[in-house]
Amino acid sequence: MIARLGVENLALRRGGRLLFSGLGFTLEAGSAAALVGRNGAGKTSLLRAIAGLVLPEAGQIGFGDLAAEDARAEHIHLAGHQDGQKPARTAWEELDFWTRWAGGSPQAARAAAERLDLTRLLELEVRRLSAGQRRRLSLARLLAAPRSLWLLDEPLSPLDADWRARFGDLMAEHLAGGGLIVAAVHDPLPVPALAVEIAP
Amino acid sequence: MSRALALLSRETVLAWGRGGGPLVSLGFYAGVATLLPLATGPEPARLAAVAPGAAWVALALAALLSLDRLFERDFEDGALDLLTLSPLPLEIACAIKCLGQWLATGAPLALAAPVAAIALGAKPQLAPLIFACSLMGGLAFSFMGGIGASLSLGARRGGLLTAVIVLPLFVPPVIFGGGALDSFSGGLPWRAGFALLAAYAAAAVALGPLAMAAACRNALS
Repeated sequence: MIARLGVENLALRRGGRLLFSGLGFTLEAGSAAALVGRNGAGKTSLLRAIAGLVLPEAGQIGFGDLAAEDARAEHIHLAGHQDGQKPARTAWEELDFWTRWAGGSPQAARAAAERLDLTRLLELEVRRLSAGQRRRLSLARLLAAPRSLWLLDEPLSPLDADWRARFGDLMAEHLAGGGLIVAAVHDPLPVPALAVEIAP
Repeated sequence: MSRALALLSRETVLAWGRGGGPLVSLGFYAGVATLLPLATGPEPARLAAVAPGAAWVALALAALLSLDRLFERDFEDGALDLLTLSPLPLEIACAIKCLGQWLATGAPLALAAPVAAIALGAKPQLAPLIFACSLMGGLAFSFMGGIGASLSLGARRGGLLTAVIVLPLFVPPVIFGGGALDSFSGGLPWRAGFALLAAYAAAAVALGPLAMAAACRNALS
């Protein structure tokens, strides 16, 4: 479990342009952060930096008493627009694989599909799903393989009002269980969250 | 372990869909076996002499065809991001991707290679050695090819770049395998060539994943 996410004095550079510098915030287990900022401000890059995909220009990202490699190997979920789901494979094949990859079991994947109301869609190819259904499929793996830090890139954008509320409940449940959430958003998150402004 | 097996089965199925499988490779060799007599002339003696070598070069080129999508699609759709967030090192994941590629395209091509060579007039006794060389060579082509595919990630016209990077790396196995086949059909000692081919394949399997993982990390960052 990640007990605390600490971002200190962080600077990120993408393609020669300094996105932001001196960014810092601390998130304790059980709380959420909402990254707000204009398009291109660096919200997605910050999520990728926390996931270890982008090297920071300066600053530190700490995961409590866990080493960064261990935290990234077993305690982080990343969910964004690019969900890694292959259009020609069935929803179940994709959910099952990504659940196993994140360390969950097929039973847990079934249960997660049930909770996100995907059971009757599991035999369909991913290409046949609507944008919202596809997003729900990629969010199902967050429930199927428990990991404490969720990095979400505009998780709610393709979801309808009903599903936004229901996913809000799932986020609240994750926080109540000692999880952490960092989400890049344009609309307010449906759970209480620390607002982190991303700006140069 | 279950992670590795899950990834291997996924990669094999995906590579199969990208243009692997026995029918495609048989079709490819059927095309080569038809083109070659048209290009060199149909005299049986001449065809029989070049048949093993032609089947061998065709294998190297066929390995190129499906390589450019090995990492590209995962890179574009975000799967590569998620593959890094796992206790299994990215090096192992890259090795598994190449192994899946080999199972789905290299192995069926190796099965078809002796058929094509014999159809062109190679001696039937050569068939087992052509099969063994193709199997071993295919492994080297997949793992060396993976290096090229990962290095060209994010480049426009990555497929062409992959070919330019990879073809020089294909030279040693083509020489060793072709040499072994040549010596065998001439009644000369062929084991040295085959051993060198196997050594090259082993080196590719051992070192390729390190380079691939580094190239993938670089492309993602």
